Amino acid sequence: MEQLLSKDLLGIKNLKLDEINFIFDTADKFKEVLQRPIKKVPSLRHMTIANVFFENSTRTKLSFELAQKRLSADVINFSSSMSSVKKGESLLDTINNILVMKVDMIVMRHPDPGAPHFVAKNINKSVINAGDGTHEHPTQALLDCYTIKEKLGEIKNKKIAIIGDISHSRVAISNIYALQKLGAKVMLCGPSTLIPKHISSLNVHIENDIKNALKWCDVANVLRIQLERQGNNNFPSLREYGLYYGINKKLLEKIKKDIIIMHPGPINRGVEISSDVADSKNSLVLDQVENGVAIRMAVMYLLSQKNI
Amino acid sequence: MTNKSRLFNRERLEITIDRLCHQLIENHKNFNNSVLIGLQPRGIFFLDRIKRKINSLLEKEIESGILDTTFYRDDFRSNEIPQAKETLIPFLVDDKNVVIIDDVLFTGRTVRSAMDGIMNFGRPKKIELLVLVDRKYSRDIPIEPTYCGIKINTITSDRIEVNLAEQGFEKDNIWVINR
Repeated sequence: MEQLLSKDLLGIKNLKLDEINFIFDTADKFKEVLQRPIKKVPSLRHMTIANVFFENSTRTKLSFELAQKRLSADVINFSSSMSSVKKGESLLDTINNILVMKVDMIVMRHPDPGAPHFVAKNINKSVINAGDGTHEHPTQALLDCYTIKEKLGEIKNKKIAIIGDISHSRVAISNIYALQKLGAKVMLCGPSTLIPKHISSLNVHIENDIKNALKWCDVANVLRIQLERQGNNNFPSLREYGLYYGINKKLLEKIKKDIIIMHPGPINRGVEISSDVADSKNSLVLDQVENGVAIRMAVMYLLSQKNI
Repeated sequence: MTNKSRLFNRERLEITIDRLCHQLIENHKNFNNSVLIGLQPRGIFFLDRIKRKINSLLEKEIESGILDTTFYRDDFRSNEIPQAKETLIPFLVDDKNVVIIDDVLFTGRTVRSAMDGIMNFGRPKKIELLVLVDRKYSRDIPIEPTYCGIKINTITSDRIEVNLAEQGFEKDNIWVINR
């Protein structure tokens, strides 16, 4: 494969397996670049990239910005809370005003599912979805799968349990698509109030008992309880959620199995995962963050060809 | 009409590599402060042959690395992106004498990008260039080889075809093709 098929990366759903592997191969090369004394290449020195965030973000925004700087691109950051969006400017007007200043690529996070797709349809520059509501977060899924592949050698036939707040998670949806394309078996585990009704149509196992899920899986990707998106009372209290679904060392010792622990962050320590698990040797949490930069460098590097 | 003439066969290639290795040893003595860096894709095959020869002549293992210059190319905006290949330089080049090894020197742009890449691994004391084939009078930038297997006169439309056993060919052959 010589290039990605689309000008945008909006989700994993429409990405081909070859494209995922192509991104992984390129990320390998960037991971090596990041080990050098000077961790920067001049590949995108001709480009200006805008990070347009209509929703809060710490690590995704930092990771994208660092990746852009490592590729020598010029970077501008836009945050909706400090902008004319507050004065009523439309999404497309905002984007077009950014583009007219000779911006070549948009990295976008938005609380509404489909917002980056709408923008991508209406502009001729590349759009990368950095999370759209509860829909998709493709670069997170790519870096999660890349990290699993790096640790286990391959993903095919591996058993991955995604545990926690599936209903409000764009990470879960993108991970399901990516893992299945790479040949993994996927189980979702959480209280039934946090698992969407029709999600089984994606050909995933559903489990409500965390012990069964942990016994089954090779990798547990533990999701954050999204306190900011909990409209109704989906569980009585954080304490009760932690008691029934929290993963701690004691629980893992009972399972008597070496399970790899992942978490996309930010971690609610003591709720979905305890500190002794988050910081254990089986935890890949920091590997995920490290690999995020290489994956995002690869995605932007490959999409930049679409902007020539 | 296409005209194909042979620059190297296996024997001639062996003699030339032998000569280049002796020139390298003459200048770099025991290689205590010198390293070889082969350029992807085909420079790495010559690196391997040169390294093996020098190792046997010096009876020691000399340091070497491989470099892919894709991320440092200057034609990124006008060409299809070539797929990046492996880079493996497991040492710092600070204060070292670096010898870049490639198969063919044409416009000089690959070597320019290689020097940019090498600088990311430290500040070398000196950089030299070894090529098997130097296509004279075709340089876009002022880069000349320090060691050279053969110098030939070519025009832009000519092509050098490198067929090596390492690439799966039955015999080593390097051709110049006039079109």
